[in-house]
Amino acid sequence: MDIATAHAQPKTRVALTINGHRHDLEIHPWVTLLDLLRGPSLQLSGTKKGCDHGQCGACTVLIDGERINSCLKLAVTLDGTNVTTIEGLGTPDDMHPVQKAFVEHDAYQCGYCTPGQVCSAVALLREGHGRSREEIREMMSGNLCRCGAYTNIADAIQDVMDQEVKVGMREAAE
Amino acid sequence: MLNEKNVFGSPLPRIDGPLKVTGTAPYAAEYHDPGMLFGHAFYATVASGRIASIDTSKAEAYPGVVKVYTHKNRPALASSDDAWKDEVALPGHPFRPLENDRILYDGQPIALVIAETFEAARDAADLIRVDYAADAPHTDIEVEQAKSYVPPEPRKEDFLPTDPRGDAEAAYDAAPFKIDAEYVQEGEHHNPMELFGTSVIRSEDGTLTVYDKTQGSQNSHDLVCGVFGLKPEQVRVVNAYVGGAFGSGLRPKHQLIFAVMASLDLKRSVRVEMSRREMFYLTWRPATVQRMQVAADADGRLMSVRHHAVQATSLYEDYQENVVNWSGLTYKCDNVRLSYELAKTTMSTPGDMRAPGAATGFLALESAIDELAYEVGMDPLELRGKNFVTYDQNDDLQLTSKALDLCYREGAERFGWDKRSHEPGSMRDGQDLVGWGVATGVWEATLSPAEAKVRLFPDGKITVSAAASDIGTGTYTILAQIAAQNLGQTIDRVSVLIGDSSLPKTAVEGGSWTAASSGSAVQAGCLEIKKTLLSLAQKMDNSPLKGAAVEDLAIRDNRLVLDRNDQLGLAIADILGSNEMSSVEGHGKVEPDQEQAKKYISYTHSAVFVEVRIDAELGVPRVTRVVSAIAAGKIINPKTARSQILGGVVMGLGMALHEEGMIDHRTGRIMNHNLAEYHVPAHADIHDIDVIFVEEEDDKASPIGVKGLGEIGIVGVGAAVANAIFHATGTRHRHFPITIDKIMEGLPGQ
Ligand code: FES
Ligand code: FES
Repeated sequence: MDIATAHAQPKTRVALTINGHRHDLEIHPWVTLLDLLRGPSLQLSGTKKGCDHGQCGACTVLIDGERINSCLKLAVTLDGTNVTTIEGLGTPDDMHPVQKAFVEHDAYQCGYCTPGQVCSAVALLREGHGRSREEIREMMSGNLCRCGAYTNIADAIQDVMDQEVKVGMREAAE
Repeated sequence: MLNEKNVFGSPLPRIDGPLKVTGTAPYAAEYHDPGMLFGHAFYATVASGRIASIDTSKAEAYPGVVKVYTHKNRPALASSDDAWKDEVALPGHPFRPLENDRILYDGQPIALVIAETFEAARDAADLIRVDYAADAPHTDIEVEQAKSYVPPEPRKEDFLPTDPRGDAEAAYDAAPFKIDAEYVQEGEHHNPMELFGTSVIRSEDGTLTVYDKTQGSQNSHDLVCGVFGLKPEQVRVVNAYVGGAFGSGLRPKHQLIFAVMASLDLKRSVRVEMSRREMFYLTWRPATVQRMQVAADADGRLMSVRHHAVQATSLYEDYQENVVNWSGLTYKCDNVRLSYELAKTTMSTPGDMRAPGAATGFLALESAIDELAYEVGMDPLELRGKNFVTYDQNDDLQLTSKALDLCYREGAERFGWDKRSHEPGSMRDGQDLVGWGVATGVWEATLSPAEAKVRLFPDGKITVSAAASDIGTGTYTILAQIAAQNLGQTIDRVSVLIGDSSLPKTAVEGGSWTAASSGSAVQAGCLEIKKTLLSLAQKMDNSPLKGAAVEDLAIRDNRLVLDRNDQLGLAIADILGSNEMSSVEGHGKVEPDQEQAKKYISYTHSAVFVEVRIDAELGVPRVTRVVSAIAAGKIINPKTARSQILGGVVMGLGMALHEEGMIDHRTGRIMNHNLAEYHVPAHADIHDIDVIFVEEEDDKASPIGVKGLGEIGIVGVGAAVANAIFHATGTRHRHFPITIDKIMEGLPGQ
């Protein structure tokens, strides 16, 4: 089947839960999760496109809690999954602790890689990784920042980690 | 009570921060309109020649495709060079997409597919077939420099090499210690994280709102009007958020022309976004070959400096940088000869990339100075200090300030330079060869004409508006700080509107001049407000401000008061109320001071210290510590200022160790046009970076005492790394970037 005939084929039905809301969608099989999110129907353009090739991390989202490059996932393969994008983590008036730490540490400049960095950092913390500066550096390396905010990003992540450790210790003591 | 001193100079978080970290700040390719069409470009796969034939029939037949444009059916656009010259155009003939069958460079856009969906446009573009009549490519600067030439038309007068002074040749011949070396640098690509994109939203009356990734909304606006013959009011260009640019967004790009062209032709809203691959076929930092001849006496005093540079440009424009003049003003030297030439290549026209010219020139100058220090047998920092100069010898001008000596001192102290042992290879630590290197950096501090409007409301709310851009530089925040400071408010009372061509005139954001220029315009606007309020207040009965001059005034707690006795004053609400005004506006304007320029010139300075650790067997380099000491006048916001320097240092590390556009010179094509093979620094590459801002008072560089920070952070970094690698290994590398393979070959015992 050539590509033009394929295009005329019916779309595929998938159900995705995005930031807690269920979406029943009909999509072509070649549409990536990234283009679906950023496209006209969902307009969730907080997820960024930096390369479309899995090389920059700008498109990082969480699928069932795990960080992935959404440009490398075809949306039709995600039926029944839970997708969390940057919009699902916090809002300007009610920021996630990682988002707050990014603002506090100036862990961005142009802000374009930032949603991807934040999603990646949130997952990193959930994975229980990033216990040392070196581990943060290593395990955040899939997220490029051309503005060069790396040291501030690592500071922000470490800050949240330290707070979590403190809270954890307090809870353990109680 | 509010203390306005807290606003200026305090490390406030960015006011646009919450929008950025939550993904709610919209970038150019993120504006929607029902029925919007999507464009995808198709680009040449030869570097030079002509399109013999192009077949778009399959693409046109592809479901969802609306139209395919090539040189054969492109709508008529302006044809004169003038219409295509943007605010920062170069000598030559600006590129016009789809003008004719000529191929000028690899990756040139030669067709545009417009479709109902992004995917249809992208996939249909793959179905276009082209036959080329290809010519031989010319892309290797080391070959093409044989045909170098002095650019017949200078880009700017002050880019011309300054006149020779003394007798550089004779002084060189007579000097006891000398270095004669050639430094080669491969081309670099800006690669901002945001792809170049334009969304054109067409309203019913046919006017266009153009969301463009650019460093100057008014530059894009004026170009669109010129090229498409539109009236100024028919187009508005918005660049409220810009996902990085580093110079690549100074000149409008072809996606802007494409999106507007298709929108006008098809009478629809249109978005055209580039792919990452296309981002390599644009503006780039040109490949450069430099020859340095420097000489010193036994005390390390510079006797002679000669610096010659040849840079790549395109077939159609003469891009030029100020590469060599730095070598005549950084150190004291009475015998100097500087020269600069271009070489034509079949590449797209290069463009300004973070500290254009200086980042390149200092790579050679500061490497050569280090080499000379070793020749003399002197500590490289000591040699730099010995040649300290307090004026600009090139133009015989006074400096508005120069705290470079403090940069050397405070930087060295923080870094621990006194613990350095001079001999190369003498600081081994286990498996690591440790090297410490230093370099100086200089960048010009300029003011460009700028305007801003400031409006103050009775309740203390302030709005600031200007066409200025924030490309990650912190413009939103510092403009708010300046307005808050001058009008006695806290920063949360200020809203800043920028990035819109309909706002007060501002030059493109570049050259580190935005903070000084737009910031000074905001301050001037605030002064206008105070003047208006004062004259209104003085007309009121029993005014306590009768006889007061505007310099005596301050605004505190929403009252216009005498600075020395704030019991005396009037509530702003009362002043406005008694004149039936609901707010007061000030329109600030700044221009460079021509009179002052006859006597003074202004520069930012830096000293950058670098520690490199190199695996003794594998040659893997890691830059484990950087101290960057900066003298840049007044710092409005130490938090965003520090980030500017961090960003410059990181890009400098990329320049030193990783970044190069790899060209197959047999085909003239860029081979590594993606972020996996063109390596920009990643998290794992970046260790500790320490930034110091030394005290520097400057009342002349700009009305607000600011010099600008966008460029200075990168200048000198490349040389400092190279110098550290020499100190670690004993091998001098003169071909940048210094990749692992080169380091391995130069390891002791190889
Ligand atoms: S856009 Fe997905 S990794 Fe770059
Ligand atoms: S903040 Fe600009 S790319 Fe990271």
